[in-house]
Amino acid sequence: MKDAYWPLILVLLLAVGFGVVAVLMSTLLGPKKPDPIKLSPYECGVDPVGDARMPFFVHYYVVALLFLIFDIEVVFTYPWAVYFKKLGLFGLLEMVVFIAVFLAIFIYVWGRGALEWE
Amino acid sequence: MTQELVLVVIKMIVVFAVALLVVAYLTYFERKIIGHMQLRLGPMRVGPHGLLQPIADGLKLFVKEDIVPHDSDRWTFYFAPILNLVCALVLLAVIPFSYNFMVTRLNIGVLYILSLASVGTIALLLAGWSSGSKYPILGGLRSAAQIFSYEIFLGFSIMGVLMISGSLDLVKIVEAQSKVWNIVYQPVAFVVYIIAALGELNRTPFDLPEAETELVAGFHTEYSGFKFAYFFLAEYANMIIVSCMAVILFLGGWKGPVLPGIVWFLIKMCAFFYFFIWVRATFPRYRYDQFMRIGWKIMLPVTLANILVTGIVMMLV
Repeated sequence: MKDAYWPLILVLLLAVGFGVVAVLMSTLLGPKKPDPIKLSPYECGVDPVGDARMPFFVHYYVVALLFLIFDIEVVFTYPWAVYFKKLGLFGLLEMVVFIAVFLAIFIYVWGRGALEWE
Repeated sequence: MTQELVLVVIKMIVVFAVALLVVAYLTYFERKIIGHMQLRLGPMRVGPHGLLQPIADGLKLFVKEDIVPHDSDRWTFYFAPILNLVCALVLLAVIPFSYNFMVTRLNIGVLYILSLASVGTIALLLAGWSSGSKYPILGGLRSAAQIFSYEIFLGFSIMGVLMISGSLDLVKIVEAQSKVWNIVYQPVAFVVYIIAALGELNRTPFDLPEAETELVAGFHTEYSGFKFAYFFLAEYANMIIVSCMAVILFLGGWKGPVLPGIVWFLIKMCAFFYFFIWVRATFPRYRYDQFMRIGWKIMLPVTLANILVTGIVMMLV
């Protein structure tokens, strides 16, 4: 079997079609008896207090940024892994350097306490 | 060209129909197996031994009232479950169930699956945010924290396999395992991959975004009817994907003696289903800071060491 990308478009159309149509059908078929209490956000039965979309812990941003940086490094490592056999010893040494730099950053981040949750 | 098109459409419909049926019956087997593990019978009422239970559940969810809470962001609220399901279904297109049976073959199959699988988990974040209620938002934030923890070591754990097979093509990865399965060369990577897979599936012990004992139902607290069903379908469809990937990357795909390839593939896949259900019945839930600690401080160095050791051994041999 040869490589082909065009079937993915068909698959996407089928999946989106199924997803949208089934939700619409169930919206049309189901009963509609809204009342203010039913439509209020769930909070264990009491009246909701304040806005749900409250500000969250700033630490999330730090971890998110770290994640972004490290995840991009993962993506960059893929081509290296695929060509590893052809690159030979040079490729291995390159990777040792890369992992050394990676570890240096990682230890710095760890030492600064960016990975701790208090 | 027309012949090719018809073939693709037929394969696509077969894969989708079988996958949705399998997904429906996975919920049944999960309830049944966990029931028996806890000395209960599980579903028994609908049909013999409750065999028609998934169909009854599906019909019930289909005609339920569709509730959209008034604080929610209406369009995102509808968009999130659809995105989650579409991402899960689209992934099925590239899984090679045997040497010839797949909807399409990509030379970047691994990248395709990893990238779209992570888009699917972002749907949970959207769902939590758009509900406009406190428990879903906490669930969504935890889901974000979870993505940050497992995604990196998930990516690194596959690296050893790619180094051995030298390709991102799923068929070539399986063909490279004709003699010895990758699990023999990469046992550490296999364990790490399974842990990351449990994180990606949001299943116990890493079901932090749902956490029904703390967050009611986490990100899908406000969902009802078929939108709620979508999250379930997507979770179980992702279970199929993750099991297929484990089989392809580590257990030699459709390779096996006597029986035809597709049967071997399905047997190995079912073993993983059983394993995931078994894990759910066995382990308690992790706290989310514990999961982040495992991900960043243990799994990441372990996978890096695994890459280096694999590289050095491949140089020496």
